[in-house]
Amino acid sequence: MAGSLGKDLLGLADLSAAQIRLVLDTAVPFREISERQIKKVPTLRGMTIVNLFFEPSTRTRISFEFAEKRLSADTVNVAVAGSSVSKGETLVDTARNLEAMKIDMVVVRHPASGAARFLAERIESNVINAGDGTHEHPTQGLLDLLTLRDKFGDLAGKRICICGDVLHSRVARSNIWGLTKLGAEVGVCGPRSLLPNAIGEMGVTVFDRIEDAIQWADALNILRLQLERMQGGYIPSLREYNRVFGVTRARLEAAPRDLLILHPGPMNRGVEIDSDVADGPHSVILNQVTNGVAVRMAVLYLLAGGRPELAEAAKRGPA
Amino acid sequence: MPNNPETVLDARALDRTLRRMADQIVELNSGTDGLVLVGIQRRGVQLAERIVKIIAGAEGATIPCGALDITLYRDDLQTVGPRPVVGATHLPWTLDDQHVVIVDDVLYTGRTVRAALDELADFGRPARIALAVLIDRGGRELPIHADVVGRKVDVAPGKRVDVFIVELDGRDEVVIASRTSGE
Repeated sequence: MAGSLGKDLLGLADLSAAQIRLVLDTAVPFREISERQIKKVPTLRGMTIVNLFFEPSTRTRISFEFAEKRLSADTVNVAVAGSSVSKGETLVDTARNLEAMKIDMVVVRHPASGAARFLAERIESNVINAGDGTHEHPTQGLLDLLTLRDKFGDLAGKRICICGDVLHSRVARSNIWGLTKLGAEVGVCGPRSLLPNAIGEMGVTVFDRIEDAIQWADALNILRLQLERMQGGYIPSLREYNRVFGVTRARLEAAPRDLLILHPGPMNRGVEIDSDVADGPHSVILNQVTNGVAVRMAVLYLLAGGRPELAEAAKRGPA
Repeated sequence: MPNNPETVLDARALDRTLRRMADQIVELNSGTDGLVLVGIQRRGVQLAERIVKIIAGAEGATIPCGALDITLYRDDLQTVGPRPVVGATHLPWTLDDQHVVIVDDVLYTGRTVRAALDELADFGRPARIALAVLIDRGGRELPIHADVVGRKVDVAPGKRVDVFIVELDGRDEVVIASRTSGE
């Protein structure tokens, strides 16, 4: 149904083009709320949301927290360090204990692919995937789509190249699903050691040379080289990576058109992206951050609707 | 059609009504100083813009005209099933000490106006807030009344007032229809 997202947001692979457009369309008016002097609306008053992060995150967690607070939800952050998670409690036990304290939504980040779905199938609360292993990071995909749509209008026929560490990137997978569903052409570019073997099956064009990708594309989504996931020899050295695959001003100047530059952050300046590109006139990296809050507000808002127990509470409560 | 919709205002009557409302708004405010019109999404916005145009023609004054979407302030969010689409809110100026007039198409239960008052309070502290509506159909569920009313009609709870405006619907007309017909 185009009018709703259902109970959970687990990945863009599960959404229809209409559902993706619904989120993007809803996010646009939410941007204005963050421009107000009082950056708050009462929409999710009385709802409790738990941000359950089994992996370190600054940007995504803060972005979700802003989104939740600007919609007047009550929020609790659970991080791995210092919680019972580090005492060996399982994911489901943690979530069930939280549910016993009467929560409404869980935003979960977990190092295992599929963790969000596993959780969603076992608890009543809405589950939002904030990144599961190398699988999906749907709200990042959605904010990338919104940022591209702001600049391009319709994405049909636009060429977006995802550059770098596609192998370890849940952002890449969410992007590929989302972009393809909205009719964009998707390319990937990186060393073969950092591209999944079956990448061709996702309907993308593979570029071995960054120069060729730059010739082809309207926008580059430059992924972070995930140094913490690089146990063992994917690339010879960071310097060599920058020399062969780094997006530099000189390389962009050879392009037939101005390329929009996206990066999900945090950036390794001087590795996958040079500073004068990151801070250049065609960079929309900070627009992505602003859009992130709006997209997450839209997702929270859309998931909060149509739940019977909340409907009952609304009937009981004052108008 | 099984039951023909009954026309309350045709295009000319709607125009006349808006002119009278514009006069009354200016009178209520004793002029145009500090006056700000705020239309409620959706049709209130276009009606407010028209009233601003009429006032500009008659008084030579350009009055700020904003838009308010009250969806996020509704009291029935959890019950309305498929999410209503959120429209734009556009209030780029301070409302502190201004004379704000909320403009809407139909006043019924008063819940929309209640939400609009809540939302306006988050934008500042106007000296006064007044309410102007094209149609007052009765049936209030909250202690809210309009200061300027285009047309008062008694409509049974099973019926619906439909306001059509050129900007969105291609024609100007207000009709009373049975709840099941139309949209």
